[in-house]
Amino acid sequence: MAENKVKKVAVNTKINGEEMDILVDPYVSLLETLREVVGITGTKEGCNDGNCGACTVNLDGRIVDSCLVLGVEVEGKNIETVEGMATPDGLHPLQQAFLEEAALQCGICTPGFLVSAKALLDNEPDPSEERIRHWLAGNLCRCTGYDKIVKAVSKASKESK
Amino acid sequence: MHPFNYYAPETIEEATEILKKYGDRAKCLAGGTDVLVQARGEKFELDAIVDVKKIPQLTKLEWTDSHLIIGAATPCHVLYEDPKVCEVFPGIIDSAFLIGGIQIQSRASLGGNLCNASPSADAICSLIVHETTCEIAGPKGTREIPVEDMCTGPGKNALESGEFLVSLKMPLKKGKFSASYERFIPRNEMDIAVAAVASSLELSNGKVSSCRVALAAVGPTPIFAKEASELLVGKEPTDENIKKVSEKAKDIASPIADMRGTVEHRKDLIEVLTRRTISKALERVGG
Repeated sequence: MAENKVKKVAVNTKINGEEMDILVDPYVSLLETLREVVGITGTKEGCNDGNCGACTVNLDGRIVDSCLVLGVEVEGKNIETVEGMATPDGLHPLQQAFLEEAALQCGICTPGFLVSAKALLDNEPDPSEERIRHWLAGNLCRCTGYDKIVKAVSKASKESK
Repeated sequence: MHPFNYYAPETIEEATEILKKYGDRAKCLAGGTDVLVQARGEKFELDAIVDVKKIPQLTKLEWTDSHLIIGAATPCHVLYEDPKVCEVFPGIIDSAFLIGGIQIQSRASLGGNLCNASPSADAICSLIVHETTCEIAGPKGTREIPVEDMCTGPGKNALESGEFLVSLKMPLKKGKFSASYERFIPRNEMDIAVAAVASSLELSNGKVSSCRVALAAVGPTPIFAKEASELLVGKEPTDENIKKVSEKAKDIASPIADMRGTVEHRKDLIEVLTRRTISKALERVGG
């Protein structure tokens, strides 16, 4: 079979509120697009096959594994990553709670947990522990044993009330 | 990953043209939760990926007088966030709510789960017990097949070159009908079924007028356990009659032993899950 000729595709998208035009290879994931084309590396690669949730981003209001989305698919869409959480005034309440509750050790899973947890609290300001655990089932952490993460999310939800 | 081109057609005809042109070197992209993993794992080489989510028929959720039609690429969350689907088809919701975690459910579709044809797929048994019909488009036009004929082997489906799944059509029952799906996994979330069962039944005048039982992860494809299902038709849904169905389902199951479970364990699970899912469906119809 002759070599498959692949052209880069121009994509217009909004990332953390900033509209941008980028040029991506059509077979490259959103995760690689963010890290290597846009140059924001807060979103982490864990398993790269949709099991660990380290690469979770918010796409048009819903969390997705960015390793399982193609960069070309985000034309006209709105993406929020961990970089969009803190403001010049300080950390997001979830980030603050993660620090105070020591809800991280190595930190690789943390951006994914923060983006997932933010999506939960944006829609459900006061989730039960069971609901938090269910919502975060798509994010894996091999350090903390999860209890501290669940406590941090719970704390952030109570403090932002 | 082998470099591929990306197409996002807006009509069925356009998609058919691209798929015909590339043949086996192209695949459809719905949620990407299987196909992108497999392309990256070099299970196959693709020259083109055809994103079908811009074709209106592929993402619709439509109620007609006789059917619910679910676009093949409609993501799971759309189903469980729709109060009417939850009320009328709780058995479908059992599956939609179990596939992966929240991130996966934002993207993964029942149609994709079906086309991926995994023996342990969470949606296929539920589709079988809802008497679902697959609407397929291709170079020769459109055709319909019953969902139980879709999977032909592990990872293999009945689609011919250039064909793709458009939608899933589930009949609306006139009588008291419900269904249920349960799987056994060692964790609470995010795992692959060791064994799973979906059951549906319809009641009239205290008797079962129709019943379907389907089994997953206990054969090369999900299995429509027709002989087990028939044992309950025309009978009252007593514990004793349900037991006969579950024993037959256990006989029909032909699992392999692997890291997830032994043959004996899986067969025992099928018996238990058949009993539980029939009981749950019965509870849901208020029988």
